Amino acid sequence: MDTSPSLLSLMSFGHDGWGARFVDGLVVTMEVSLAAYAVSLIFGLLGASAKLSPYRWLRSIADVYTTLVRALPELLLLLLVYYSGADAIKFLLSFLGDDYEDVEVDPFAAAVIALGFIGGAYMTEVMRGAIQSIPVGQIEAAKACGMSPLLRVRRIILPQMLRFALPGMSNLWLNATKDSSLISVLGSFQDILFMGYRAASTTKHYSFFYTMTALCFLIVTLVSMAGIRLIEARVNRGYK
Amino acid sequence: MDESLTFLLSIFPRLLAAVPLTLALTAISCVIGNALAVPVALARLSPNPLLWMPSALYILLMRGTPLLVQTYLIYYGLGEVLPGSFIQQTFLWEYLKDGFWYAVFAFSLNTAGYTGEILRGAMSAVPRGEIEAAKAYGMSPWLVLWRVTLPRAVQICLPAMSGETILLLKATSLASLITVWDIMGTARQIQKESYRIYEPLIAAGIIYIITVFILTRLLNLLERRINQHRAAPQSA
Repeated sequence: MDTSPSLLSLMSFGHDGWGARFVDGLVVTMEVSLAAYAVSLIFGLLGASAKLSPYRWLRSIADVYTTLVRALPELLLLLLVYYSGADAIKFLLSFLGDDYEDVEVDPFAAAVIALGFIGGAYMTEVMRGAIQSIPVGQIEAAKACGMSPLLRVRRIILPQMLRFALPGMSNLWLNATKDSSLISVLGSFQDILFMGYRAASTTKHYSFFYTMTALCFLIVTLVSMAGIRLIEARVNRGYK
Repeated sequence: MDESLTFLLSIFPRLLAAVPLTLALTAISCVIGNALAVPVALARLSPNPLLWMPSALYILLMRGTPLLVQTYLIYYGLGEVLPGSFIQQTFLWEYLKDGFWYAVFAFSLNTAGYTGEILRGAMSAVPRGEIEAAKAYGMSPWLVLWRVTLPRAVQICLPAMSGETILLLKATSLASLITVWDIMGTARQIQKESYRIYEPLIAAGIIYIITVFILTRLLNLLERRINQHRAAPQSA
């Protein structure tokens, strides 16, 4: 047991401890997760609106989107969207003139869009289900009051669907934090798993540092679960 | 574009050759993981805190941390401990040289956590009367479990379990990061050899989609088979 003090000192915040770098990694992980989750909300809203739209071609596009994304491994999709997203932006910029040819697409934006695109497919299904759970009478009542479609979305559909969507959305948030660990594979992020990888291969204390990495993710999960419980209590306050 | 398509078609045989490895990873992890899920679920339902607390902690650990971190922990962590231990002298060592069995180990433990939680819900949803009836026949607790609780629970949670199996198939792509040459690993290998980014990924993607589609069909078939008695009666 005499190795434990030295192992713990490896996680210290001093000059040769890895503690500070793990905190930096945690910040990167949280930034990517939050941004990717926000993007997935946008994709989810667009996807759900498309799936429920009266236009057949919109429904087909949304169906292809959710089917493809949910049938492909996240790692493969991340690599595909990450690289093609950067290329697509470069391609679009090339129309603006030659000045933009050397533009480097921000890896953060590319990774966030890639992860958000993946999460958005699952979000689409959650939101579609939630919108369909809203009693038709409420929407009819809003129409009868003379609300415009946009006002109906803002005043009735969005607030009412939140209650039904919340369990699925919380699950997807937990998935977003875990899926963000995949960005360590891309090589341009110093996220928590990348830090763990570096610390482990530098010091050769593999099991210790990967346990620490897992612990960081576990803390994120536990804090999120506590937060989710508070939000759920708030959203369901009218139904006690 | 034409040349790109030719290349895409030319790499299909190599990627298809990796399909059995991906399927083996999925099948072995699925069998071991689901078998381990039974004791996890049973312990989780036990009133004894010495049983349900470790089980709840296990489920939390498996579901609360990324599978990739678990895989690294097992691959590199065991790689640190095993050499020099007695394992090196046993026949097991031959199998532990490449990443395959480490991946199976990680995926099985992870599946046990997720399926354990699903199975727990299903087991507590088995109608009380059926278990009471089995007890009234004088069946021992293990016989009740084997003949009534488990089969009924599996019937109830089969859709969730097949969803979990599809997720497992997709998750096996993470094995490519610990030197297993599955579909994803082969695609990344081709990427490095040919300096082409998209074609290997797209070809691998097509293969994954077809595999997932076939597996979904097979699982649906199994579901219908197992829940046959609940299907709508056939018209004469």
